[in-house]
Amino acid sequence: MISRFVRSAAPALIVGLGGLLLWEVTLQVLQPEGFVLPPPSEIIRAFFADFDEIWVATKNTGFIVVTGLVGGVILGVVWALLVSRFRLANETLTPLAIALNAIPIIALAPIFNAWFGLLSPVSNQSIVVILVFFPVFINTTKGLTEVGDTEIELMRSYAASEWEIARLVRVPNAMPFFFTSLKIASSLAVIGAIVAEYFGGRQDALGPLIVQNAGLTRYTQAWAAVLAGSLMGIVLYLLSGAFERASMPWRPAPETTGS
Amino acid sequence: MTETVSCAVSISGLSKVFNAGKPNEVRALEDIDLAIDEGTFVSLIGPSGCGKSTLLRLIGALTHPTAGEVCVNDKSADQARLDRDYGMAFQTSGLFKWRSVTENIELPLQLMGWSKQERKDRAAEMLDLVKLSEFADHYPREMSGGMRQRVAIARALSFRPSLLLMDEPFGALDEMTREHMQTEVLDIWKKTEKTIVFVTHSIPEAVFLSERVIVMSPRPGRIAADIPVDLGERVFETREAPEFFECITEVREALRFEGNAG
Repeated sequence: MISRFVRSAAPALIVGLGGLLLWEVTLQVLQPEGFVLPPPSEIIRAFFADFDEIWVATKNTGFIVVTGLVGGVILGVVWALLVSRFRLANETLTPLAIALNAIPIIALAPIFNAWFGLLSPVSNQSIVVILVFFPVFINTTKGLTEVGDTEIELMRSYAASEWEIARLVRVPNAMPFFFTSLKIASSLAVIGAIVAEYFGGRQDALGPLIVQNAGLTRYTQAWAAVLAGSLMGIVLYLLSGAFERASMPWRPAPETTGS
Repeated sequence: MTETVSCAVSISGLSKVFNAGKPNEVRALEDIDLAIDEGTFVSLIGPSGCGKSTLLRLIGALTHPTAGEVCVNDKSADQARLDRDYGMAFQTSGLFKWRSVTENIELPLQLMGWSKQERKDRAAEMLDLVKLSEFADHYPREMSGGMRQRVAIARALSFRPSLLLMDEPFGALDEMTREHMQTEVLDIWKKTEKTIVFVTHSIPEAVFLSERVIVMSPRPGRIAADIPVDLGERVFETREAPEFFECITEVREALRFEGNAG
Protein backbone atom coordinates (compact mmCIF):
# COMPACT_ATOMS: atom_id res chain seq x y z
CA MET A 1 0.00 0.00 0.00
CA ILE A 2 2.71 2.43 1.07
CA SER A 3 5.06 1.30 -1.67
CA ARG A 4 2.30 1.76 -4.23
CA PHE A 5 1.70 5.27 -2.96
CA VAL A 6 5.40 6.05 -3.19
CA ARG A 7 5.53 4.63 -6.70
CA SER A 8 2.53 6.66 -7.87
CA ALA A 9 3.71 9.85 -6.13
CA ALA A 10 7.39 9.50 -7.00
CA PRO A 11 7.31 11.05 -10.50
CA ALA A 12 5.43 14.09 -9.23
CA LEU A 13 7.79 14.47 -6.25
CA ILE A 14 10.86 14.18 -8.46
CA VAL A 15 9.60 16.81 -10.89
CA GLY A 16 8.46 19.08 -8.06
CA LEU A 17 11.63 18.84 -6.00
CA GLY A 18 13.76 19.05 -9.16
CA GLY A 19 11.97 22.25 -10.13
CA LEU A 20 12.54 23.76 -6.69
CA LEU A 21 16.20 22.75 -6.80
CA LEU A 22 16.61 24.34 -10.23
CA TRP A 23 14.93 27.50 -8.94
CA GLU A 24 17.21 27.56 -5.87
CA VAL A 25 20.44 26.87 -7.76
CA THR A 26 19.68 29.34 -10.57
CA LEU A 27 19.10 32.13 -8.07
CA GLN A 28 22.18 31.25 -6.03
CA VAL A 29 24.37 31.21 -9.13
CA LEU A 30 22.96 34.25 -10.93
CA GLN A 31 22.41 36.20 -7.69
CA PRO A 32 19.86 38.69 -8.99
CA GLU A 33 18.48 41.15 -6.46
CA GLY A 34 16.85 38.98 -3.80
CA PHE A 35 13.52 40.78 -3.49
CA VAL A 36 12.53 40.13 -7.11
CA LEU A 37 12.29 36.38 -6.62
CA PRO A 38 13.47 34.87 -3.36
CA PRO A 39 14.83 31.31 -3.46
CA PRO A 40 12.54 28.56 -2.11
CA SER A 41 14.72 27.97 0.94
CA GLU A 42 14.11 31.54 2.11
CA ILE A 43 10.37 31.33 1.43
CA ILE A 44 10.15 28.17 3.53
CA ARG A 45 12.22 29.79 6.27
CA ALA A 46 9.87 32.80 6.28
CA PHE A 47 6.88 30.46 6.26
CA PHE A 48 7.99 28.87 9.54
CA ALA A 49 9.27 32.11 11.05
CA ASP A 50 5.88 33.80 10.56
CA PHE A 51 3.95 30.58 11.08
CA ASP A 52 1.59 31.89 13.79
CA GLU A 53 0.54 34.87 11.72
CA ILE A 54 0.19 32.77 8.55
CA TRP A 55 -1.81 30.11 10.36
CA VAL A 56 -4.37 32.65 11.62
CA ALA A 57 -4.57 34.21 8.16
CA THR A 58 -4.97 30.80 6.54
CA LYS A 59 -7.80 29.89 8.92
CA ASN A 60 -9.62 33.15 8.17
CA THR A 61 -9.19 32.84 4.43
CA GLY A 62 -10.04 29.15 4.68
CA PHE A 63 -13.36 30.05 6.26
CA ILE A 64 -14.20 32.28 3.27
CA VAL A 65 -13.02 29.61 0.82
CA VAL A 66 -14.94 26.72 2.37
CA THR A 67 -18.20 28.57 3.01
CA GLY A 68 -18.07 30.18 -0.44
CA LEU A 69 -17.25 26.85 -2.07
CA VAL A 70 -20.11 25.05 -0.34
CA GLY A 71 -22.53 27.86 -1.19
CA GLY A 72 -21.40 28.01 -4.83
CA VAL A 73 -21.56 24.24 -5.25
CA ILE A 74 -25.07 24.06 -3.80
CA LEU A 75 -26.19 26.95 -6.00
CA GLY A 76 -24.61 25.37 -9.10
CA VAL A 77 -26.11 21.92 -8.48
CA VAL A 78 -29.61 23.21 -7.70
CA TRP A 79 -29.47 25.48 -10.76
CA ALA A 80 -28.36 22.51 -12.92
CA LEU A 81 -31.13 20.29 -11.56
CA LEU A 82 -33.75 22.92 -12.36
CA VAL A 83 -32.41 23.61 -15.83
CA SER A 84 -32.17 19.94 -16.79
CA ARG A 85 -35.64 19.15 -15.47
CA PHE A 86 -37.81 22.05 -16.58
CA ARG A 87 -37.78 23.59 -20.02
CA LEU A 88 -38.92 26.95 -18.70
CA ALA A 89 -36.02 26.96 -16.24
CA ASN A 90 -33.65 26.11 -19.07
CA GLU A 91 -34.91 28.97 -21.21
CA THR A 92 -34.65 31.52 -18.44
CA LEU A 93 -31.94 30.41 -16.03
CA THR A 94 -29.30 29.22 -18.51
CA PRO A 95 -28.90 32.63 -20.20
CA LEU A 96 -28.90 34.23 -16.75
CA ALA A 97 -26.07 31.94 -15.64
CA ILE A 98 -24.08 32.74 -18.76
CA ALA A 99 -24.65 36.46 -18.27
CA LEU A 100 -23.61 36.19 -14.63
CA ASN A 101 -20.44 34.40 -15.65
CA ALA A 102 -19.63 37.03 -18.27
CA ILE A 103 -19.30 39.68 -15.55
CA PRO A 104 -15.68 40.16 -14.51
CA ILE A 105 -16.56 38.92 -11.08
CA ILE A 106 -13.48 40.14 -9.24
CA ALA A 107 -14.33 43.63 -10.46
CA LEU A 108 -17.42 43.41 -8.26
CA ALA A 109 -15.35 43.19 -5.08
CA PRO A 110 -15.28 46.92 -4.33
CA ILE A 111 -18.99 47.18 -5.09
CA PHE A 112 -19.81 44.24 -2.81
CA ASN A 113 -17.74 45.89 -0.10
CA ALA A 114 -19.96 48.95 -0.42
CA TRP A 115 -23.05 46.74 -0.19
CA PHE A 116 -22.10 44.43 2.66
CA GLY A 117 -19.59 46.57 4.59
CA LEU A 118 -15.87 46.88 4.12
CA LEU A 119 -14.95 44.43 6.86
CA SER A 120 -17.81 41.99 6.41
CA PRO A 121 -17.00 38.44 5.23
CA VAL A 122 -20.24 38.34 3.20
CA SER A 123 -18.72 40.40 0.42
CA ASN A 124 -15.79 37.98 -0.03
CA GLN A 125 -18.01 34.93 0.34
CA SER A 126 -20.30 36.29 -2.39
CA ILE A 127 -17.35 36.64 -4.77
CA VAL A 128 -16.35 33.03 -4.14
CA VAL A 129 -19.95 31.79 -4.53
CA ILE A 130 -20.39 33.47 -7.91
CA LEU A 131 -16.96 32.36 -9.12
CA VAL A 132 -17.53 28.73 -8.10
CA PHE A 133 -21.11 28.36 -9.20
CA PHE A 134 -20.58 28.54 -12.95
CA PRO A 135 -18.20 25.62 -13.61
CA VAL A 136 -20.29 23.47 -11.27
CA PHE A 137 -23.49 24.48 -13.05
CA ILE A 138 -22.15 23.95 -16.58
CA ASN A 139 -20.53 20.57 -15.90
CA THR A 140 -23.35 19.18 -13.81
CA THR A 141 -25.92 20.22 -16.41
CA LYS A 142 -23.89 18.42 -19.07
CA GLY A 143 -23.81 15.27 -16.94
CA LEU A 144 -27.53 15.43 -16.24
CA THR A 145 -28.51 15.88 -19.88
CA GLU A 146 -25.94 13.78 -21.76
CA VAL A 147 -27.58 10.45 -21.19
CA GLY A 148 -27.70 7.89 -24.02
CA ASP A 149 -30.94 7.30 -25.95
CA THR A 150 -30.74 3.60 -25.17
CA GLU A 151 -30.72 4.28 -21.45
CA ILE A 152 -33.72 6.62 -21.67
CA GLU A 153 -35.68 4.22 -23.89
CA LEU A 154 -34.95 1.37 -21.51
CA MET A 155 -36.29 3.37 -18.60
CA ARG A 156 -39.40 4.25 -20.61
CA SER A 157 -39.90 0.59 -21.46
CA TYR A 158 -40.02 -0.03 -17.71
CA ALA A 159 -42.70 2.69 -17.52
CA ALA A 160 -40.39 4.83 -15.37
CA SER A 161 -41.48 8.40 -14.61
CA GLU A 162 -39.35 11.44 -15.44
CA TRP A 163 -38.57 11.74 -11.74
CA GLU A 164 -37.35 8.13 -11.60
CA ILE A 165 -35.25 8.67 -14.71
CA ALA A 166 -33.72 11.75 -13.07
CA ARG A 167 -32.97 10.00 -9.80
CA LEU A 168 -31.77 6.66 -11.15
CA VAL A 169 -30.08 7.69 -14.39
CA ARG A 170 -29.37 11.40 -14.71
CA VAL A 171 -27.94 12.02 -11.26
CA PRO A 172 -25.52 9.07 -11.21
CA ASN A 173 -24.55 9.89 -14.80
CA ALA A 174 -23.67 13.44 -13.72
CA MET A 175 -21.39 12.39 -10.86
CA PRO A 176 -18.08 12.27 -12.78
CA PHE A 177 -18.91 15.63 -14.40
CA PHE A 178 -19.74 17.13 -11.03
CA PHE A 179 -16.47 16.01 -9.48
CA THR A 180 -14.44 17.37 -12.35
CA SER A 181 -16.10 20.73 -11.75
CA LEU A 182 -15.51 20.44 -8.01
CA LYS A 183 -11.77 20.11 -8.61
CA ILE A 184 -11.80 23.23 -10.80
CA ALA A 185 -14.01 25.05 -8.31
CA SER A 186 -11.83 24.26 -5.30
CA SER A 187 -8.85 26.04 -6.86
CA LEU A 188 -11.02 28.90 -8.10
CA ALA A 189 -12.39 29.39 -4.59
CA VAL A 190 -8.89 29.96 -3.17
CA ILE A 191 -8.00 32.44 -5.92
CA GLY A 192 -11.33 34.24 -5.56
CA ALA A 193 -11.08 34.52 -1.79
CA ILE A 194 -7.52 35.88 -1.76
CA VAL A 195 -8.11 38.40 -4.54
CA ALA A 196 -11.39 39.51 -2.93
CA GLU A 197 -9.49 40.03 0.30
CA TYR A 198 -7.22 42.54 -1.47
CA PHE A 199 -10.23 44.84 -1.53
CA GLY A 200 -11.77 44.31 1.89
CA GLY A 201 -12.94 41.94 4.57
CA ARG A 202 -10.94 40.83 7.60
CA GLN A 203 -7.43 42.23 7.76
CA ASP A 204 -5.85 39.14 9.34
CA ALA A 205 -6.29 36.98 6.24
CA LEU A 206 -3.98 35.80 3.42
CA GLY A 207 -4.97 38.51 0.92
CA PRO A 208 -4.12 41.48 3.18
CA LEU A 209 -1.01 39.64 4.39
CA ILE A 210 0.28 39.40 0.81
CA VAL A 211 -0.63 43.01 0.01
CA GLN A 212 0.90 44.42 3.19
CA ASN A 213 4.15 42.45 2.90
CA ALA A 214 4.53 43.25 -0.78
CA GLY A 215 3.87 46.94 0.02
CA LEU A 216 6.69 46.88 2.55
CA THR A 217 8.95 45.10 0.02
CA ARG A 218 8.94 42.06 2.32
CA TYR A 219 8.62 39.82 -0.74
CA THR A 220 9.81 36.67 0.98
CA GLN A 221 7.02 37.01 3.54
CA ALA A 222 4.52 37.72 0.76
CA TRP A 223 5.66 34.53 -0.99
CA ALA A 224 5.26 32.59 2.25
CA ALA A 225 1.61 33.68 2.38
CA VAL A 226 1.19 32.65 -1.29
CA LEU A 227 2.64 29.26 -0.32
CA ALA A 228 -0.04 28.92 2.37
CA GLY A 229 -2.71 29.67 -0.24
CA SER A 230 -1.24 27.07 -2.60
CA LEU A 231 -1.21 24.45 0.13
CA MET A 232 -4.85 25.20 0.84
CA GLY A 233 -5.69 24.73 -2.84
CA ILE A 234 -3.83 21.42 -2.95
CA VAL A 235 -5.57 20.12 0.18
CA LEU A 236 -8.99 21.04 -1.24
CA TYR A 237 -8.12 19.38 -4.56
CA LEU A 238 -7.03 16.18 -2.82
CA LEU A 239 -10.17 16.20 -0.67
CA SER A 240 -12.31 16.53 -3.82
CA GLY A 241 -10.49 13.55 -5.30
CA ALA A 242 -10.97 11.46 -2.15
CA PHE A 243 -14.66 12.38 -2.06
CA GLU A 244 -14.91 11.42 -5.73
CA ARG A 245 -13.39 7.97 -5.23
CA ALA A 246 -15.53 7.31 -2.17
CA SER A 247 -18.78 8.16 -3.95
CA MET A 248 -18.07 6.32 -7.19
CA PRO A 249 -16.81 2.84 -6.33
CA TRP A 250 -17.68 1.63 -9.83
CA ARG A 251 -14.94 3.67 -11.44
CA PRO A 252 -11.56 2.11 -12.06
CA ALA A 253 -8.74 3.37 -9.87
CA PRO A 254 -6.87 6.17 -11.69
CA GLU A 255 -3.53 4.37 -11.66
CA THR A 256 -4.34 1.20 -13.59
CA THR A 257 -1.99 1.69 -16.50
CA GLY A 258 0.84 -0.19 -14.82
CA SER A 259 -1.19 -3.24 -13.82
CA MET B 1 -59.03 -8.36 -37.03
CA THR B 2 -60.08 -9.79 -33.70
CA GLU B 3 -60.64 -13.30 -35.06
CA THR B 4 -57.09 -14.37 -34.18
CA VAL B 5 -56.87 -15.99 -30.79
CA SER B 6 -53.98 -15.30 -28.42
CA CYS B 7 -52.39 -12.70 -30.63
CA ALA B 8 -49.38 -11.18 -28.90
CA VAL B 9 -48.96 -8.38 -31.41
CA SER B 10 -51.50 -7.16 -33.93
CA ILE B 11 -50.66 -4.34 -36.29
CA SER B 12 -53.04 -2.95 -38.88
CA GLY B 13 -52.76 -0.22 -41.49
CA LEU B 14 -49.68 1.15 -39.80
CA SER B 15 -47.71 4.06 -41.26
CA LYS B 16 -45.01 6.18 -39.77
CA VAL B 17 -43.85 9.50 -41.17
CA PHE B 18 -41.07 11.50 -39.49
CA ASN B 19 -41.05 15.31 -39.76
CA ALA B 20 -44.40 15.28 -41.59
CA GLY B 21 -44.92 18.30 -43.82
CA LYS B 22 -41.36 19.52 -43.52
CA PRO B 23 -38.69 19.47 -46.23
CA ASN B 24 -36.90 16.65 -44.40
CA GLU B 25 -40.00 14.46 -44.30
CA VAL B 26 -39.23 10.74 -44.14
CA ARG B 27 -41.81 8.09 -44.86
CA ALA B 28 -40.39 5.32 -42.71
CA LEU B 29 -43.16 2.72 -42.80
CA GLU B 30 -46.23 2.25 -44.98
CA ASP B 31 -49.27 -0.04 -44.80
CA ILE B 32 -47.93 -2.54 -42.36
CA ASP B 33 -50.26 -5.36 -41.35
CA LEU B 34 -48.75 -7.95 -39.10
CA ALA B 35 -50.00 -10.41 -36.51
CA ILE B 36 -47.65 -12.29 -34.25
CA ASP B 37 -48.90 -15.29 -32.30
CA GLU B 38 -48.09 -15.73 -28.68
CA GLY B 39 -44.90 -17.64 -28.03
CA THR B 40 -43.42 -17.31 -31.52
CA PHE B 41 -39.95 -16.16 -32.41
CA VAL B 42 -40.18 -13.64 -35.26
CA SER B 43 -37.32 -11.82 -36.96
CA LEU B 44 -37.56 -8.55 -38.85
CA ILE B 45 -34.93 -8.22 -41.55
CA GLY B 46 -34.32 -5.65 -44.25
CA PRO B 47 -31.79 -3.23 -45.70
CA SER B 48 -30.59 -0.50 -43.38
CA GLY B 49 -32.99 2.38 -43.13
CA CYS B 50 -36.00 0.20 -43.97
CA GLY B 51 -37.67 1.04 -40.69
CA LYS B 52 -37.33 -2.32 -38.96
CA SER B 53 -36.09 -0.71 -35.77
CA THR B 54 -38.85 1.87 -36.02
CA LEU B 55 -41.38 -0.95 -36.32
CA LEU B 56 -39.95 -2.55 -33.19
CA ARG B 57 -40.08 0.75 -31.33
CA LEU B 58 -43.70 1.22 -32.44
CA ILE B 59 -44.56 -2.18 -30.96
CA GLY B 60 -42.80 -1.08 -27.78
CA ALA B 61 -44.67 2.26 -27.73
CA LEU B 62 -41.38 4.17 -27.66
CA THR B 63 -42.70 6.06 -30.66
CA HIS B 64 -46.23 6.43 -32.01
CA PRO B 65 -47.75 5.65 -35.41
CA THR B 66 -48.81 8.36 -37.86
CA ALA B 67 -51.69 6.13 -38.96
CA GLY B 68 -53.01 2.71 -38.06
CA GLU B 69 -52.80 0.92 -34.78
CA VAL B 70 -50.67 -1.39 -32.74
CA CYS B 71 -52.25 -3.76 -30.26
CA VAL B 72 -50.28 -5.81 -27.79
CA ASN B 73 -51.97 -8.47 -25.69
CA ASP B 74 -55.34 -6.96 -26.75
CA LYS B 75 -54.35 -3.56 -25.37
CA SER B 76 -52.97 -0.42 -26.92
CA ALA B 77 -49.18 -0.50 -27.17
CA ASP B 78 -48.99 2.38 -24.68
CA GLN B 79 -51.11 0.55 -22.13
CA ALA B 80 -48.96 -2.55 -22.61
CA ARG B 81 -45.86 -0.46 -21.93
CA LEU B 82 -47.39 0.95 -18.75
CA ASP B 83 -48.34 -2.60 -17.74
CA ARG B 84 -44.70 -3.59 -18.32
CA ASP B 85 -45.52 -6.23 -20.90
CA TYR B 86 -42.21 -5.64 -22.71
CA GLY B 87 -38.64 -6.44 -22.05
CA MET B 88 -36.21 -4.70 -24.39
CA ALA B 89 -32.63 -5.32 -25.44
CA PHE B 90 -30.66 -3.08 -27.78
CA GLN B 91 -27.44 -3.23 -29.77
CA THR B 92 -25.63 -1.47 -26.96
CA SER B 93 -26.32 -3.24 -23.71
CA GLY B 94 -27.46 -0.06 -21.97
CA LEU B 95 -26.16 -1.35 -18.66
CA PHE B 96 -25.66 1.36 -16.07
CA LYS B 97 -21.98 1.56 -15.25
CA TRP B 98 -22.61 2.71 -11.69
CA ARG B 99 -24.63 -0.41 -10.93
CA SER B 100 -23.25 -3.88 -10.39
CA VAL B 101 -24.54 -6.71 -12.56
CA THR B 102 -27.07 -7.68 -9.89
CA GLU B 103 -28.17 -4.07 -9.39
CA ASN B 104 -28.64 -3.67 -13.15
CA ILE B 105 -30.91 -6.71 -13.30
CA GLU B 106 -32.80 -5.44 -10.25
CA LEU B 107 -33.50 -2.03 -11.81
CA PRO B 108 -36.90 -2.81 -13.38
CA LEU B 109 -37.91 -4.70 -10.24
CA GLN B 110 -36.91 -1.71 -8.12
CA LEU B 111 -39.16 0.48 -10.27
CA MET B 112 -41.98 -2.00 -9.73
CA GLY B 113 -41.57 -1.72 -5.97
CA TRP B 114 -40.31 -5.20 -5.21
CA SER B 115 -38.71 -5.83 -1.82
CA LYS B 116 -34.94 -6.13 -1.53
CA GLN B 117 -35.06 -9.86 -0.90
CA GLU B 118 -37.44 -10.57 -3.80
CA ARG B 119 -35.19 -8.54 -6.09
CA LYS B 120 -32.10 -10.37 -4.96
CA ASP B 121 -33.69 -13.77 -5.44
CA ARG B 122 -34.96 -12.95 -8.90
CA ALA B 123 -31.62 -11.45 -9.99
CA ALA B 124 -29.83 -14.62 -8.86
CA GLU B 125 -32.32 -16.73 -10.77
CA MET B 126 -31.84 -14.62 -13.92
CA LEU B 127 -28.05 -14.75 -13.64
CA ASP B 128 -28.34 -18.50 -13.41
CA LEU B 129 -30.44 -18.48 -16.59
CA VAL B 130 -27.78 -16.55 -18.54
CA LYS B 131 -24.97 -18.51 -16.82
CA LEU B 132 -23.26 -15.54 -15.21
CA SER B 133 -23.82 -16.28 -11.53
CA GLU B 134 -20.18 -15.81 -10.61
CA PHE B 135 -20.28 -12.23 -11.96
CA ALA B 136 -23.13 -11.06 -9.73
CA ASP B 137 -21.10 -8.37 -7.98
CA HIS B 138 -18.99 -7.24 -10.93
CA TYR B 139 -19.41 -3.92 -12.66
CA PRO B 140 -20.21 -3.80 -16.41
CA ARG B 141 -16.78 -2.39 -17.32
CA GLU B 142 -15.22 -5.63 -16.04
CA MET B 143 -17.13 -7.74 -18.56
CA SER B 144 -16.86 -8.56 -22.27
CA GLY B 145 -19.40 -7.37 -24.84
CA GLY B 146 -21.09 -10.76 -25.01
CA MET B 147 -21.40 -11.00 -21.24
CA ARG B 148 -22.90 -7.52 -21.08
CA GLN B 149 -25.52 -8.50 -23.64
CA ARG B 150 -26.40 -11.56 -21.56
CA VAL B 151 -26.87 -9.31 -18.53
CA ALA B 152 -29.04 -6.99 -20.64
CA ILE B 153 -31.19 -9.95 -21.66
CA ALA B 154 -31.39 -11.13 -18.06
CA ARG B 155 -32.53 -7.65 -17.08
CA ALA B 156 -35.14 -7.59 -19.87
CA LEU B 157 -36.54 -10.91 -18.65
CA SER B 158 -36.27 -10.20 -14.91
CA PHE B 159 -39.85 -8.98 -14.50
CA ARG B 160 -41.22 -11.78 -16.70
CA PRO B 161 -42.66 -9.64 -19.49
CA SER B 162 -44.74 -11.60 -21.98
CA LEU B 163 -42.92 -10.02 -24.91
CA LEU B 164 -39.21 -9.63 -25.58
CA LEU B 165 -38.24 -6.99 -28.14
CA MET B 166 -34.64 -7.16 -29.35
CA ASP B 167 -33.01 -4.62 -31.64
CA GLU B 168 -29.85 -6.10 -33.18
CA PRO B 169 -28.66 -7.21 -29.77
CA PHE B 170 -25.71 -9.13 -31.20
CA GLY B 171 -24.81 -6.62 -33.91
CA ALA B 172 -21.64 -5.49 -32.16
CA LEU B 173 -20.35 -8.96 -31.27
CA ASP B 174 -17.77 -11.06 -33.06
CA GLU B 175 -18.96 -14.02 -35.11
CA MET B 176 -18.14 -16.74 -32.58
CA THR B 177 -19.65 -14.93 -29.62
CA ARG B 178 -22.63 -14.19 -31.80
CA GLU B 179 -23.31 -17.82 -32.63
CA HIS B 180 -22.93 -18.71 -29.00
CA MET B 181 -25.39 -15.98 -27.99
CA GLN B 182 -27.90 -17.19 -30.58
CA THR B 183 -27.89 -20.63 -29.02
CA GLU B 184 -28.31 -19.05 -25.59
CA VAL B 185 -31.27 -16.96 -26.70
CA LEU B 186 -32.99 -19.99 -28.22
CA ASP B 187 -32.37 -21.83 -24.99
CA ILE B 188 -33.92 -18.99 -22.99
CA TRP B 189 -36.82 -18.78 -25.41
CA LYS B 190 -37.54 -22.51 -24.96
CA LYS B 191 -37.36 -22.23 -21.18
CA THR B 192 -39.46 -19.09 -20.85
CA GLU B 193 -41.86 -19.48 -23.82
CA LYS B 194 -41.86 -15.74 -24.49
CA THR B 195 -42.92 -14.08 -27.70
CA ILE B 196 -39.74 -12.66 -29.21
CA VAL B 197 -39.51 -10.01 -31.91
CA PHE B 198 -35.93 -9.79 -33.11
CA VAL B 199 -34.52 -7.14 -35.45
CA THR B 200 -31.38 -8.11 -37.36
CA HIS B 201 -29.57 -7.46 -40.62
CA SER B 202 -27.96 -10.88 -40.67
CA ILE B 203 -29.76 -13.42 -42.84
CA PRO B 204 -28.25 -16.54 -41.19
CA GLU B 205 -29.06 -15.12 -37.77
CA ALA B 206 -32.69 -14.49 -38.72
CA VAL B 207 -33.06 -17.97 -40.21
CA PHE B 208 -31.31 -19.78 -37.39
CA LEU B 209 -33.33 -18.10 -34.66
CA SER B 210 -36.83 -17.65 -36.00
CA GLU B 211 -39.97 -19.53 -36.81
CA ARG B 212 -40.91 -16.68 -39.08
CA VAL B 213 -38.79 -14.16 -40.98
CA ILE B 214 -40.46 -10.90 -42.01
CA VAL B 215 -38.57 -9.37 -44.93
CA MET B 216 -38.95 -5.62 -45.29
CA SER B 217 -38.47 -3.45 -48.36
CA PRO B 218 -36.29 -0.33 -48.51
CA ARG B 219 -37.84 2.95 -47.45
CA PRO B 220 -40.73 3.40 -47.15
CA GLY B 221 -40.68 0.10 -45.30
CA ARG B 222 -43.31 -2.42 -46.29
CA ILE B 223 -43.57 -6.11 -45.62
CA ALA B 224 -42.09 -7.70 -48.74
CA ALA B 225 -42.21 -11.33 -47.69
CA ASP B 226 -43.29 -13.41 -44.73
CA ILE B 227 -41.22 -16.56 -44.73
CA PRO B 228 -41.94 -19.46 -42.39
CA VAL B 229 -38.88 -21.33 -41.20
CA ASP B 230 -39.23 -24.93 -40.20
CA LEU B 231 -35.89 -26.35 -39.20
CA GLY B 232 -36.99 -28.27 -36.12
CA GLU B 233 -34.82 -28.08 -33.06
CA ARG B 234 -31.71 -25.98 -33.59
CA VAL B 235 -28.50 -27.83 -32.92
CA PHE B 236 -24.88 -27.28 -33.89
CA GLU B 237 -25.42 -29.17 -37.18
CA THR B 238 -28.42 -27.03 -38.13
CA ARG B 239 -26.04 -24.39 -39.48
CA GLU B 240 -24.58 -26.96 -41.85
CA ALA B 241 -27.88 -28.51 -43.00
CA PRO B 242 -29.05 -28.09 -46.62
CA GLU B 243 -32.50 -26.90 -45.42
CA PHE B 244 -30.78 -24.10 -43.51
CA PHE B 245 -29.10 -22.91 -46.70
CA GLU B 246 -32.33 -23.25 -48.64
CA CYS B 247 -34.00 -20.92 -46.17
CA ILE B 248 -31.12 -18.49 -46.33
CA THR B 249 -31.42 -18.48 -50.12
CA GLU B 250 -35.13 -17.85 -49.91
CA VAL B 251 -34.66 -14.85 -47.62
CA ARG B 252 -31.77 -13.55 -49.70
CA GLU B 253 -33.88 -13.78 -52.87
CA ALA B 254 -36.66 -11.85 -51.19
CA LEU B 255 -34.16 -9.16 -50.24
CA ARG B 256 -32.52 -9.12 -53.67
CA PHE B 257 -35.85 -8.60 -55.41
CA GLU B 258 -36.42 -5.60 -53.19
CA GLY B 259 -32.92 -4.35 -53.82
CA ASN B 260 -33.54 -4.34 -57.59
CA ALA B 261 -36.95 -2.79 -57.25
CA GLY B 262 -35.66 -0.01 -55.04
